[in-house]
Amino acid sequence: MKDIREDIAWAQINQDVLKSMESPRKLYWVILFFAFAAFCVGVGCEVYQYQTGMGVANKNNPHAWGLYISTFIFWIGMSHSGTLLSAILHLMHADWRKPIFRFAEALTTFSLMTAGLFVMVHLGRLWQFYYSVPYPDERGLWPNFQSPLLWDAMAIFTYLSSSILFLYIGMIPDLAICRDHLHEGWRKKLYTLLSLGWEGTDRQWRNFRVTYLTIACFLIPLAVSVHSIVAADFAMSQQPGWHVTSFPAYFVAGALYSGCSAIITLFIILRYVFKFEEYMTLPILKKTVRLTFAIAMIWTYLNAVEFASVWYSHDQASKDVLIQKVVGPFAPFWWGMIFCGSVVPLMLAFKRFQTNVPVLFVVSLLLNLGMWLERWMIVAPTFSHGYYPWTWDHDQWPGFVQWGMVFASFGWFTMLFMGFCKVFPSVSMYEVKEMVYHRKLHLKNSETAEQGAH
Amino acid sequence: MSVNNLLENWAQFRHFHPVDDKPHDPYKWAMSIDLDACTGCNACSVACYAENNLPVVGKEKYQHGHVMHWIRIERYWDESLGVAGGGDFPEQGAQFLPMMCQQCEAAPCETVCPAAATNHTADGLNSQIYNRCVGSRYCSANCPFKVRYFNWYDYPTTDNVWPAEMNQQLNPDVTVRSKGVMEKCTFCVQRLHAAKGTAKNEGRLVHDGDVQTACQQACPTSAITFGNLVDPESKVHKQWQSQQVELDKDAQVKDQKEGGSGLRGYRIFEELRPYPSVMYLERVRESAV
Repeated sequence: MKDIREDIAWAQINQDVLKSMESPRKLYWVILFFAFAAFCVGVGCEVYQYQTGMGVANKNNPHAWGLYISTFIFWIGMSHSGTLLSAILHLMHADWRKPIFRFAEALTTFSLMTAGLFVMVHLGRLWQFYYSVPYPDERGLWPNFQSPLLWDAMAIFTYLSSSILFLYIGMIPDLAICRDHLHEGWRKKLYTLLSLGWEGTDRQWRNFRVTYLTIACFLIPLAVSVHSIVAADFAMSQQPGWHVTSFPAYFVAGALYSGCSAIITLFIILRYVFKFEEYMTLPILKKTVRLTFAIAMIWTYLNAVEFASVWYSHDQASKDVLIQKVVGPFAPFWWGMIFCGSVVPLMLAFKRFQTNVPVLFVVSLLLNLGMWLERWMIVAPTFSHGYYPWTWDHDQWPGFVQWGMVFASFGWFTMLFMGFCKVFPSVSMYEVKEMVYHRKLHLKNSETAEQGAH
Repeated sequence: MSVNNLLENWAQFRHFHPVDDKPHDPYKWAMSIDLDACTGCNACSVACYAENNLPVVGKEKYQHGHVMHWIRIERYWDESLGVAGGGDFPEQGAQFLPMMCQQCEAAPCETVCPAAATNHTADGLNSQIYNRCVGSRYCSANCPFKVRYFNWYDYPTTDNVWPAEMNQQLNPDVTVRSKGVMEKCTFCVQRLHAAKGTAKNEGRLVHDGDVQTACQQACPTSAITFGNLVDPESKVHKQWQSQQVELDKDAQVKDQKEGGSGLRGYRIFEELRPYPSVMYLERVRESAV
C-alpha cells in the first residue's frame, strides 16, 4: 500500500482541500454543537466558582490541587506531538507527515490554549494573575524567579507564541491558494490579509523554506523544555511521590504518548468529516500507530523506572505514596492507568489492528483516558498520603465544578480545533503536492532504471 | 524580591544557607512546646481564632475540610497503651500535638511561590503577604506540615462566620482575609510589632516576657514557650540549649550519638531540613520512667 496515490492532479488536491473548508459532512456541525454545549457548561462552572470561591470545586486544605492541575498537565502534554510531527519529522525528512502535520500543529496550539485556561481556572485570585508575570511596575516588585510555576508560565507563553508563528508561517502558501480560489466575502479578505502577498516566486519560496526550518529548529528544544519544566513543578518540590529525578524524561515521554494518541483520534475524525480519505490514508495511519506504539513502550519503561527507583530508594514516605496508589483509595484509577497506558497499546503491535479504523478510534481514546489518569495519579495521591499523618485521613473527592470544567475543556478544545479546520486548510496543499511530485519522480526513476536493466 | 535583587545581587539572593545567610540580630522568634504538659484542651486554638480573626466556617464546611484553624490539636494513639474505644483506660493511649506553622528558616513554601507572596523576615518569621497572593496554592502543596490554610470562600461576606453582634469583637490589628488567599500562623506578628515598637520608644530591646502569642497566653498548663532565640536570657533559648537543639540541623551534635541522646527536644521533619523554629518536647510516659 502506498502512502498516497502518485497520480493525484495538483488541481485535484486544491479542489479537495478547499471543499473541506466549504462543505464538510453533517457530522461536523453536530460535533461543533456538542463542543459548544460542553464549553458552555465550563463557562457556567467558572462563573459560579469565580463568584463564590474555590471551595465549590470541593478541594480542601491538604488537597489544595486537584483535577485542574492534572488536566493542565494533560493538555500541555497533548501539545507535544504537533511539534514532533511538524518539526522533528520535518528535520528527519519523513515525508509521510506531510498530509497530517497541519492539524497536528493546530492540536499543539489549541491544546496549549486549553492548558493555559486551566492555570487561570486554578488560581484563587484570577483577577490578580498578572502578579506572577514579570512586568516592570513602579513599586519595583518582581515575581519569584525561583518558583517552577513562574518558569512554567514563561515556557508555556514562549511555546504557545512560537507554535502559533510556526503554524501560521507554514500556512502562508496555502492561504494564498485559498485567496485565489475562494469567492468574494470576509474569508477572501482574511486570506488576502494573512497570505502577505504571497505570489510563489523563487525568492519567496527560498525565504519561506529558511524561515520555516529556523522556526522548526527553534521549536524542538522548546517543546522538550516545556514539559520538563512542568515536571519540575513536581520534581523540584519536596513532596513524596513528586520528588523524582526521572520526572522530566517521564513527562516528555508521556506528553508525546498522549499527543500521538490524540493525533490518531483526530486523524480518524477529520478523515471522515472532511472526506480526506485520499490524503489521510491508512498507510500513514499505520505509521502513526507504530510511532505511538514505540512511544507507549518508552513510557511504560520510564514508569517502571520510576517505581523501581522509589521502591529501592529506602525513602519510606515515597514508598508509602506508591503503595497507596496501588492498594489505597486511588487503586481503581491507578490500575486503570496501567491498563489503558501499558496494556491497551499492546494491541497496536498487531498488524491487523494497525489499519482497523474503528478499533484504533477506541484504542486511541482509551490511551488518552489512561494518560489523563496518569496525570491525576501524579497529582492527587501525594496530597492524600504526604509526609504529614494529619493528611492521611482527609480524602477529598473532586466536586462537580471540577469535573464540569474538565469536561468543558474538551468542548473548548474541540470547538477551537474544528473551527480552525473549517476556516483554514487542515491538510497542507503545497506539501502534499510536493509529496506527490517526489513520489512520482521516484516512481519514474525506478521505472526507467528497471527498463535499463532489461 | 525587588528590582535590586534582580539587577545587582541576584546571584546572592538565597545563595547561602538560610541559617548563615541572615544572622538574626537582634531577634529570632522561636517556640518550644512541651507535649508532656499539653492536655489537648484546645484553648490555644480558640485563642488563635479570637486573636487572628479566623473565620468560623461552620459544620458543613468543616466536613469538607475547609476549616481555618491556624493551630490545630492533633490526636494520636499510642496503641500499646490503649486505642479509642478499647481497653479499660483507653484514653491513656491518647497523645496530643499542637501543630501550627513552624516558621521554617529554609521554608519549602517560600521558594515555590510564583508571586513572591511568602517571604522571610529579618526576625526569622515566614511572612505571608495577603495582598500579593494570587492563590496558586503551591506553597501549601510543598509544605511538609500542611499548616497553610486557603480561603476557599469569601468569609467576611458569608453569613454566620462572624455574627453581626460579634463584628465589634474582631481584632482591629489584624486584617480580615478575602477569598482566594493563603493564610497561616504568623506567631501573632501584630503583637511582635507592638512590642518592638514599645521597646524602641524606650530605647531597648524586647525583653523575654514582653510579648506572648495568643496560644501561649491561653495555655492553662504553660506548655507553650515563645521568645527570642538570640537572647541568651530568654526561656526559649535556655530550653533549646538544654535540649541541644540547634536551628541548623547539621550542627546538632546530639543526633550523632549512638543509642540516642536521651533528650526530649526534637523538631518535626528536621531531617527534611526546612529548619523549623518550633521545638517539641517529647511526652514522658510513666512506663518509661
